[in-house]
Amino acid sequence: MASLSAPKIVSSRGEFADSHTITRFLATGGYEGLKKALSMFPEQVAEEVDKASLLGRGGAGFPAGRKWSMLRKSPVSYLVVNGDESEPATFKDHFLVERDPNQLVEGVIIAAYALQVTQAFIFLRGEFALGLERVQQAVNDAYDQGALGKKIFGSDFSLDIVVHTGAGAYVCGEETALIEALEGKRGFPRIKPPFFPAVNGLYREPTVVNNVETMSNLPWIINNGGAAFAALGEGRSTGTRLFALAGKVNNPGVYEIEMVKNTFRDLIFDPALGGGVVNDGQVKAIIPGGVSAPWFSPEQLDTPLGQDEVGGLGSMLGSGSIVILDDKSCPVRAAWRITKFYSRESCGQCTPCREGSGWIERVMYRLEHGGGRMEDIELVLDLCDNIAPGLSWPPQQTTICVLGPSIPSSINSAIKMFRSEFEAHVHNGGCTYE
Amino acid sequence: MSHFRVDIRQRAEELVSLYPRRRSALLPLLHLAQEQDGYLTDEAIAEISELTLTSAADVRGTAAFYDMIHLEPVGRYVVGVCTNIACLLNGGEEMLEHASQKLGCAVGGTSTDGLFTLEETECLADCNFAPCVSVNHRYVRTTTPEAFDAMIEEVREGRRDGEIPPHGTLVRVRRNGGLRVSKKELAEERAAAEAARIARLPKDPA
Repeated sequence: MASLSAPKIVSSRGEFADSHTITRFLATGGYEGLKKALSMFPEQVAEEVDKASLLGRGGAGFPAGRKWSMLRKSPVSYLVVNGDESEPATFKDHFLVERDPNQLVEGVIIAAYALQVTQAFIFLRGEFALGLERVQQAVNDAYDQGALGKKIFGSDFSLDIVVHTGAGAYVCGEETALIEALEGKRGFPRIKPPFFPAVNGLYREPTVVNNVETMSNLPWIINNGGAAFAALGEGRSTGTRLFALAGKVNNPGVYEIEMVKNTFRDLIFDPALGGGVVNDGQVKAIIPGGVSAPWFSPEQLDTPLGQDEVGGLGSMLGSGSIVILDDKSCPVRAAWRITKFYSRESCGQCTPCREGSGWIERVMYRLEHGGGRMEDIELVLDLCDNIAPGLSWPPQQTTICVLGPSIPSSINSAIKMFRSEFEAHVHNGGCTYE
Repeated sequence: MSHFRVDIRQRAEELVSLYPRRRSALLPLLHLAQEQDGYLTDEAIAEISELTLTSAADVRGTAAFYDMIHLEPVGRYVVGVCTNIACLLNGGEEMLEHASQKLGCAVGGTSTDGLFTLEETECLADCNFAPCVSVNHRYVRTTTPEAFDAMIEEVREGRRDGEIPPHGTLVRVRRNGGLRVSKKELAEERAAAEAARIARLPKDPA
C-alpha cells in the first residue's frame, strides 16, 4: 500500500483551477514564508534549510543547504534558478511553473534573502511559453505586492528577479552551460575547475544555481521549520518529492509523495497514483531518474523511492522522472531513441560525446530498423566504453560535462537485461515487435 | 533606420536594460526578433548585434545553436511532435507520420500554403499527454490522430489564435515593474549587506 499521508509541500495548490493566480496564492498562505524569513537573520534562514537537509531536486541531489553554506562565507553575487527542465520524461518543473509560479517566486526571494543576493534570474526553457507568461505575471504581481523591488515588505532587503528565456537546448540544464546561455552565448558547459559556479559563475562572479523544485520547497520549510521537513522521509532523503511518472502506465502524471516511504511498485500500481500498467500488462523495465540513469528490472519494483536506496542499486533518482516500459515495448527501440536524443543534443565540444553519440546512434538504428550485425552488440558497448571507460556507475568522465557519459546508461542496461532481444533483432533483420 | 518596429525596439531596449551586461539579453532578443518576423532575419541579426555590442557573426553563431531559433522562414504555425522516450512508447512516431500526412509536408518542411512547419522535437516535458504535440510552443494535448486533425482545422481557420499566436510570439506578459537598479547602487547595497553581516557575526570573546 502506498503511503500517502504526508502533507503536500510543493503541490498543495494543485487542486485549484486558478492555482497560478495571485488571488489564490494570497488566499492560501502566499508570502507567509517570506514574511517569516524576513523577520529572521539570513543565517537563520539558511540554517533552517540546512536542518531540512533538502537535497537539490535538479538531478545531482546535492544538499541545497550545504551548497549555500559553502558560499555564505563570502558574498554571493547572483542567484540563478534552473528551470531548463529538458531531461526526457521529466515534467515536474513544468507543473510547478505553470500551476504555482507564485510559490516559486516566493521561494526564490527567500533563497536570495538567505544568500543576501540582490539579483536573481529564473531561467526557464523557451518551450514553456505558458509557464514563462505565468512566472512573469507572478514576478509582476510580486512587485505590486511589495514582495520584490526596493525594501521588500518594509525590510532592508531589496531584490530584482529577471525571468530569462532559453531557446531550446538540453545541455543548458547543465549549470555552467545555463550560465553561458544567460550570458548570451552558446550553451557550452564550462570546464570545472576553474568554473565552479560557486566561485566562477555568472560573469565570473560567485553564483548559486538551484532547481525550480528546490526553490518551491522553501516557503513551506520556513513556515513549518526545517525539522518538520526533515521528519518526513528517511535517512538522507528528507521531505516529499515530485515524481513524474510516464510511459506505459494508466495514469501518467506528477505525484508528490514522501521520500523513501513508497516504492516503485506503489507509485506505479496504486490506484491513487499510477494506476497500473496499461492493458494490465507487465512491467518490463523501469527507467528511474531520467534517461541518463541505468534501468531497473521488475525485480527492483520494491525498491523505496529514496536517493540512497536507488543509488545503492546502481542507478539514481536523478530528476525524479520514472518511465515504465511494458511487455509490448521494444527495449532496442527505446535505447536507440534515447541515443538519438543525445546525438542531437550533444553540444559538440568534446570528441567522445560529439562523435560517439552519432556513431552509436547509427549502429543502434540499424539494429532496430534492419541491417544490424551480431558484432554490433559488442561494437556499441565498445563505443560506450570509449565515452565512459569501464561502463561503471556513476560513469567515468572523459568529457567536460556529464551529457556524454550519460549515453551508455540506457544501452548498457538494455543489452544487459535484454541481450537475447538484441540478437533476435539481428536474426529478424529489424524490430521483432512490429 | 531600425529594422525593429517601434514597439519591438522599445521592448528590445527594455530587455537589454534588465541585465548587468548587454549580451545577456541575446536569447530573449532572438525570440523578440522572431516575434516580429517569424524567423531570424539578417536585418534583425544586425540590429541585435548593435543592441548587444557583439558582432553579427556572434549573434548568428549563437542563434544557430538553439533549436527554437529559425534562420530560415517557417510557417505561421510550427507544429512540434515529440518522439522521445515517453512519447515513443505512446505512439509518437506514428503521430509524427500522421502529422506529416495531414499537413502535407515532410518533417522539417513547410506546407505549400506556408501555414504549417512540422518538426520532430525532443522531450517537451508534457509526458502525461503523450504523444506530445505543440503548436508554436503551446501544448495542444491532442493524443489521437482524430483530435490532431480537428485541432489543425481549428488552427487553420484561425479559431485558436487567442491561445496560439503566430510563430515567434512567446511571452505576451510584459514585465511591468522594478527595472534593474544601477551597478553602483547594487555595489552599495551589497557593501551595506556585507557590513551588516559582519556586524551580526558572533563577537570573538578575545
